[in-house]
Amino acid sequence: AVEKPNSFEQITNYNNFYEFGFSKTDPADNAGQLTTDPWAVEIGGLVDRPGSYSVADLAPANAVEERIYRLRCVEAWSMVIPWLGVPLAGVLEKAGVQPGAKFVAFETLYRPEEMPEQRRRSMDWPYREGLRLDEAMHPLTILATGLYGKPMPNQNGAPIRLVVPWKYGFKSIKSIVKITLTDRQPVTTWQAMQPREYGFYANVNPQVDHPRWSQATERRIGAGLLGGRQETLMFNGYGDQVAQLYAGMDLARDY
Amino acid sequence: MDRIRRLPTGVVWALGALPLALLVWDTLAGKLGVDPVRDIEHRLGRTAVYFLLASLCITPILRMGRVNLVKFRRPLGLLAASYAGLHLLAWAILDMGLLWPQMLKDIAKRPYLTIGMAVFVILLLLAATSSNKAIRRLGPLRWRAIHRWVYLAAPLAVFHWLLAYKVWPGKPLAILGLVAILLALRLPWLRDGHQKVKKTVIKSGG
Repeated sequence: AVEKPNSFEQITNYNNFYEFGFSKTDPADNAGQLTTDPWAVEIGGLVDRPGSYSVADLAPANAVEERIYRLRCVEAWSMVIPWLGVPLAGVLEKAGVQPGAKFVAFETLYRPEEMPEQRRRSMDWPYREGLRLDEAMHPLTILATGLYGKPMPNQNGAPIRLVVPWKYGFKSIKSIVKITLTDRQPVTTWQAMQPREYGFYANVNPQVDHPRWSQATERRIGAGLLGGRQETLMFNGYGDQVAQLYAGMDLARDY
Repeated sequence: MDRIRRLPTGVVWALGALPLALLVWDTLAGKLGVDPVRDIEHRLGRTAVYFLLASLCITPILRMGRVNLVKFRRPLGLLAASYAGLHLLAWAILDMGLLWPQMLKDIAKRPYLTIGMAVFVILLLLAATSSNKAIRRLGPLRWRAIHRWVYLAAPLAVFHWLLAYKVWPGKPLAILGLVAILLALRLPWLRDGHQKVKKTVIKSGG
């Protein structure tokens, strides 16, 4: 079924971007001050062409395509978002992935002057995320630079962010400044903070609950006061395309 | 201070209805933002905690400030229980869409929901035994023993609030600190120590 995307208004006023505060409206209120131009993404580690890349280098305007994806937050709400972006695979191929690389580590900008929550020691900044190389190379995985045909709003992770639609939203790291190819599973922010609650894989999975709340159902933002809940789909409904990545794995253990 | 004491308890009820009126107004005016369900649910829950806290202030104010506001304690407690009830209804109807199997499973399995339900059951029990008739029927000693459960309900309510987050947010942590202070003021040595000081002051003043 084709699902109707959430409105631009909803997508840009209901965000988890803890660098700007913990409430859903803090990012929209506080992210305006973020400088996103100039911007550089440092690609390094096990690559043939390490270096500093501009957003235009990674996602040239003529390569950007629209991808309408469901987004399922680990907090059991969801949205549908029309992203603009490029497959991460192409970006990594441009940098030249070396044979020894097995994982990709990502880092968000650390700039306390513009990111108020970084001035407190509420979390171990900068925010870090990671993917297995085959997950990163999967055609569904994109680096997004916009939504609704517009440049990425700051509160949604401007100027360039990851989108991995079959994983909980926190994996889709925002405002990326560093991409490192490595042979070891990188440490990610939430996993380091609460290893029992947030795993490295964080695949959307209605059968594996968060220890403090159920993941069986979700509430679609914008469904209205009496919209109720809908069932959460395995791999957020992208199982046909991604289930084979996890063949033979125990997803209750590797959550 | 005497003027406050002479106000009818209806004033507390009228003030107590304000947060609900504001919430209804904000809902109808579409001022609740992108996710009204969450806002309604959370605002009702927070309001319940605030009234619970207000009801816990009455005794310290009497002991330390020597201002008797005891007659306002019952409406404050009943307001806390009412907002907790509305919060529970918002969760069941708006948030969970009355998905009974998941609701019951979650209450049994999820600590923050188990705790929240426990708080609600305590508040319901206290509300049900709040009338003059109930006090007479139970006798003052038994009544007081039952109503001491509020000392458990208050911190648990804030704990329930904290457990719903992924991080440790400032506001509920501050409220938890406030609850701790309000409960500590009831510990015998703090309470009696203060009274001793007060007596000396009165003596030297006289």
